[in-house]
Amino acid sequence: MKGYNFAYLDEQTKRMIRRSLLKAVAIPGHQVPFGSREMPLPYGWGTGGIQVTASVLGADDVLKVIDQGADDTTNAVSIRRFFARTAGVRTTTHTADATVIQTRHRIPEKTLRDDQIIVYQVPQPEPLFRLEPSRVETRRMHSLADYGLMHVKLYEDVARFGQISISYDYPVMVNQRHLMSPSPIPAFDNPKMHRMPALQLFGAGREKRIYAIPPWTEVRSLDFDDHPFRPIRAPHPCGLCGATDAYLDEVVIDDRGGRLFVCSDTDHCAERRAAGHVGSEGLQEAAE
Amino acid sequence: MAYVTVKGGEQAIDNAHAWLAEERRGDAAVPELSLAQIESQLGRSVDRAMGEGSLYDRELAALAVKQAQGDLIEAAFLLRAYRTTLPRFAHSRPVDTATMQIRRRVSAVFKDLPGGQVLGPTYDYTHRLLDFRLADAGSEVAAPRAGATMAAMPRVPDILGHEGLIEPDGPGPSEPGDLTRQPLGFPAPRDVRLQALARGDEGFLLALGYSTQRGYGGTHPFAGEIRMGEVSVEIEPPELGFAIDIGDINVTECQMVNQFKGSKTTPPQFTRGYGLVFGFAERKAMAMALVDRAMRAEELGEEVTAPAQNVEFVLYHSDNIEATGFVEHLKLPHYVDFQSELENVRRMRREVARTTERAETAE
Repeated sequence: MKGYNFAYLDEQTKRMIRRSLLKAVAIPGHQVPFGSREMPLPYGWGTGGIQVTASVLGADDVLKVIDQGADDTTNAVSIRRFFARTAGVRTTTHTADATVIQTRHRIPEKTLRDDQIIVYQVPQPEPLFRLEPSRVETRRMHSLADYGLMHVKLYEDVARFGQISISYDYPVMVNQRHLMSPSPIPAFDNPKMHRMPALQLFGAGREKRIYAIPPWTEVRSLDFDDHPFRPIRAPHPCGLCGATDAYLDEVVIDDRGGRLFVCSDTDHCAERRAAGHVGSEGLQEAAE
Repeated sequence: MAYVTVKGGEQAIDNAHAWLAEERRGDAAVPELSLAQIESQLGRSVDRAMGEGSLYDRELAALAVKQAQGDLIEAAFLLRAYRTTLPRFAHSRPVDTATMQIRRRVSAVFKDLPGGQVLGPTYDYTHRLLDFRLADAGSEVAAPRAGATMAAMPRVPDILGHEGLIEPDGPGPSEPGDLTRQPLGFPAPRDVRLQALARGDEGFLLALGYSTQRGYGGTHPFAGEIRMGEVSVEIEPPELGFAIDIGDINVTECQMVNQFKGSKTTPPQFTRGYGLVFGFAERKAMAMALVDRAMRAEELGEEVTAPAQNVEFVLYHSDNIEATGFVEHLKLPHYVDFQSELENVRRMRREVARTTERAETAE
């Protein structure tokens, strides 16, 4: 794009971000402060993820952007366009074809490979912030691996509700050392982070933090021996492709309590339908 | 009804932008605003956009105000996003407000002082009656002129300083911090705190400053001096070895003089709260000075109890571009997480129902 550097950020800034990324990869799950820039998109829209993507993107990369698992949600469209405009890279909606995947709130259903990078947009990198708002304090807790506060919170959940009440942004322990926010993905996606072949990068623009999980790293969702971690998903098959193991969106179809459950990962669903899998609603769709 | 997945986000975005552009222009029968009109007639809006956008350029700020339809936080955001792409050549030498070309200068602590009290273009003593003459275009206004005063106007804290009644300013940092390049760290030095306040949201600082006056971290302030006018900006390129003037900017400065009872090492003296803002922004400069002083509580050995004294709280929440982004991002889709919460609540309700049933059967 005329007047702007490749992928918008100037090379000095990218270098600064890459240095932070290297440090983040070296200390899995540790939040590295970085000189987050003011981007032409608002904070909260993915400025951290965009800066990370801009710093790792090369001319040969193929970019996929999803929000809520879908490629066609407005913010995903907007970010994909931003990079198509400023970097001129090829974009795709197919998970398998992408070399870099920027995501908000989901991990694709298809297992990622070791030649792929997934970049998460992170609103709140501090997993302890609901329990201790001061970042000076939480930084100290991380340095001492003092995570009692979180264990007590989970224990109190079990005592009060008989189960852990966190359903998304479910805290994980990375490499047996750092407590980390997986970003607000549903807890359903947490197990995908464990020993993922792909490099996982996390960018929080407003909070000015970067963190990472190198490939094949151990990522455990916090739980108790007698209350093991349970991923949550709606107990239905996808209405369009019949998938029983994918995360589902709940779509309200009338004002009488009618609901339709469909895959949140639109690419996954389309691929399954192309391969001949059909759900209850998909039959009707095909017939019309 | 068969469900078809939603497509067409791209077209919807384009259409929304087109609608926005049409609405921005408004009724085509009404003449379009020129940047010159905004710059000269909506000067306080331009000043606020420059201050919170932290970019001193009246023309660009006028453009931002126009583009944002007068939404000043949006205008500041536009300026910030532009500013971040600009190269940094140098940092200026500290501006010398003692040599300011004064347009306004008032002190609340002395009845009269060298240079006098200069009201300048202030709303202070206007009666807030809607002036219906302004509804009609074409009214000519001219203020009486006086010869430019060349009298020296020493700053009030400097006057107090002669007697050692107010704390000295202390040496500044050799290299000023810049939180637009380096992430905020704690403890945050005063230069970084002042930078955050100068860029901070006027409403937020106003409310915090106000809270200190109502007992939440009182600072016993007096408006030592408020001055507004033009100062020259100088840089000292290392290859030259001397300072060169690169232009003049309008700023508002407020120095609050605050009571301090002294400590074991320091005799009783007045302390400073400082505010400096681009353009004419007296309300913000005053609020900034109150909050600056409140944030010095720990350094001065005062008990830290109130929000305005909590440096971390103030600095993390004063930036309205960050705040507006995060508050407004709630309107982005969150249905994946919400679905997770739905299933979670359903599961928890089943659990409660089961427990209640069990209890009832047992009875």
